[in-house]
Amino acid sequence: MLGILVNMEKFSKIKGIAAPMLSSDGNQFSMMINIDTDMIIPKQFLKTIKRTGLGKSLFHEMRYDFEGNEIEGFILNKDIYRDSKIILAGNNFGCGSSREHAPWALLDFGIRVIIAPSFADIFYNNCFKNGILPIQLSEKLIKEISESALKGNELQVSLSDQIINCDNKEFSFEIDPSNKNFLMEGLDDIGLTLKDINLIDSYEKDADNNLPWYTL
Amino acid sequence: MTEAKTIYDKIWDAHLVADKDNYSLLYIDRHLIHEVTSPQAFEGLRMAGRNVRHPDKTLAVADHNVPTTDRSVEIEDEESKIQIEALKNNCAEFGINFIDMSDIRQGIVHIIGPEQGFTLPGSTIVCGDSHTSTHGAFGALAHGIGTSEVEHVLASQTLIQKKAKNFKVEIVGALTDSISAKDLALSVIGAIGTAGGTGYVIEYMGNAVESLSMEGRMTLCNLTIEAGARAGLIAPDQKTFDYLKDRPLAPKGDIWDKAVSYWKTLPSDPGAHYDNSIKIDIDNLSPLVTWGTSPEDVIDIDGNIPKPEDIEDEAKKNAIRRSLDYMGLEAGEPIKGTKIDKVFIGSCTNGRIEDLRAAASIVSQNKVSDHVNAIVVPGSGLVKAQAENEGLDKIFIEAGFEWREPGCSMCLAMNADKLLPNERCASTSNRNFEGRQGRGGRTHLVSPKMAAAAAIAGCLADVRDFS
Ligand code: SF4
Repeated sequence: MLGILVNMEKFSKIKGIAAPMLSSDGNQFSMMINIDTDMIIPKQFLKTIKRTGLGKSLFHEMRYDFEGNEIEGFILNKDIYRDSKIILAGNNFGCGSSREHAPWALLDFGIRVIIAPSFADIFYNNCFKNGILPIQLSEKLIKEISESALKGNELQVSLSDQIINCDNKEFSFEIDPSNKNFLMEGLDDIGLTLKDINLIDSYEKDADNNLPWYTL
Repeated sequence: MTEAKTIYDKIWDAHLVADKDNYSLLYIDRHLIHEVTSPQAFEGLRMAGRNVRHPDKTLAVADHNVPTTDRSVEIEDEESKIQIEALKNNCAEFGINFIDMSDIRQGIVHIIGPEQGFTLPGSTIVCGDSHTSTHGAFGALAHGIGTSEVEHVLASQTLIQKKAKNFKVEIVGALTDSISAKDLALSVIGAIGTAGGTGYVIEYMGNAVESLSMEGRMTLCNLTIEAGARAGLIAPDQKTFDYLKDRPLAPKGDIWDKAVSYWKTLPSDPGAHYDNSIKIDIDNLSPLVTWGTSPEDVIDIDGNIPKPEDIEDEAKKNAIRRSLDYMGLEAGEPIKGTKIDKVFIGSCTNGRIEDLRAAASIVSQNKVSDHVNAIVVPGSGLVKAQAENEGLDKIFIEAGFEWREPGCSMCLAMNADKLLPNERCASTSNRNFEGRQGRGGRTHLVSPKMAAAAAIAGCLADVRDFS
């Protein structure tokens, strides 16, 4: 078992304080929507040829000023959220580019769970390849959990039971069984696919005959 | 009777290697790679002692990180140089075709695929870049993937997938001189929002789509990802075949003829099921421009910047406030006349020959405004050569544009081409995200003609005033 297993920890229970990404308006707060991959990890950090070391640059432009000093108001710069393992956000989290540097940066920072009402397709997929659990919950519940997180309460996410515990309340969430299995077992999907090598061989044989214009 | 299928259903079925309990294994005909999202995939292969199953089905080019200035001098940026070298070495090690920076075919990965005839109707195409949706213009199922998936494709020539739903986007009406494929695409994103396509493959149809050139269709499909859809598709027709015939990697002779008869069976069957659909009429469409930091922040060039208080949804209202603040704009003001500092014409959205011709037609006999710095970055070496043959380079240079070497350039600003904080840019690229073109930079997405008009006027301008 090599490949992605090298990087990927099996997913068990995650417990800790969750960082709500807010776009606030006075005392009325709302969750920040459309957090894109350029915000998560700006392009100047894509020049690396490694997967690790990106955590310090996570949310770089929201987190540091032009001189490289921490921006005080940003959630991950506040003491109790510095070691957050969970992020709470608004709609369409991870929209934009296919860069896997985004989940790599989140993971390297220590984030293992992202809770949002919706995710962008490619980002969502990339999370599972890196041991990050993206959870879809309604906006209303996310606001409720955020209120609790803002008071400094801890959150517990159990993937096996598909349950979030927060403030003596329980919220259940849906997840596709294959994605769940993938995270729980820390599977090497390339190894898995290569077990079906005979199916790939026979597809190729057929395709060479039936769709020869795709053969190079 | 067999079930009526969409073009997506047909391509999916023809590429199914295995249907597992919770996922499907899909065969990948064509794989494009570039320097930014591939090094970790090759590293993964090496660590696992795996090989590339079909080196001939992958084509590599460096584009994201390359300088657009003089190619004969060494790359200054050490990290960029290492990344580009790594791609070259990985390709040599695994026997993958690599188009070198000195090669005239070098260019943006989504521009060179079609140019070389690597992109074919009915094929499956992936690349570690979200704008892979571009290739859908040829009736190919094409989408972006992450680096782990790049590794998966290299090792197995397959991809683990779940089938998406079908979304029909019908665009009707007549194109005019001032309305381009970019405006069509922006109007779709404006209509359904950046998450409107999530979970879907979009099929574009309608007379406006049919009347687009292949270049225009690529622009439309390119921006599909900005509407959140996995891929965009346009059924292949005679224009598609004419574009591809005799391209270096396209099938030849007898196989070409057979391929064309097969491709003619790809369009969706009458009565095929769509899970969602919209119809857009472009007859009264004005040229469009984005005002904010999401591609859905679209308004008419003669429109006004939205006011947060007019929006009910709390999260959207706050997003608008944040965008206005970032963009340095006043709610309720007209967008036209907003002063700009830079103009960027290029990218996989609008870096093809037709885009350069369109921009040049506005630039001709005019001068770039004194305070504006404007650059043209052709999408590939072949586009550049063609443009130079037609004398477009002279038109741009005489007007005061810089004429650059091909690459992604200021679309994502990984190289030296970028906006400085608070600089405002009219750009033909695809993303206006915060910091996309440089930290603190302010991007307005427009068509090539609109970008040209802005360069001359020195502010966001209406191309209709220039004809
Ligand atoms: S031009 Fe821009 S969007 Fe296109 S491939 Fe390059 S970076 Fe990506």
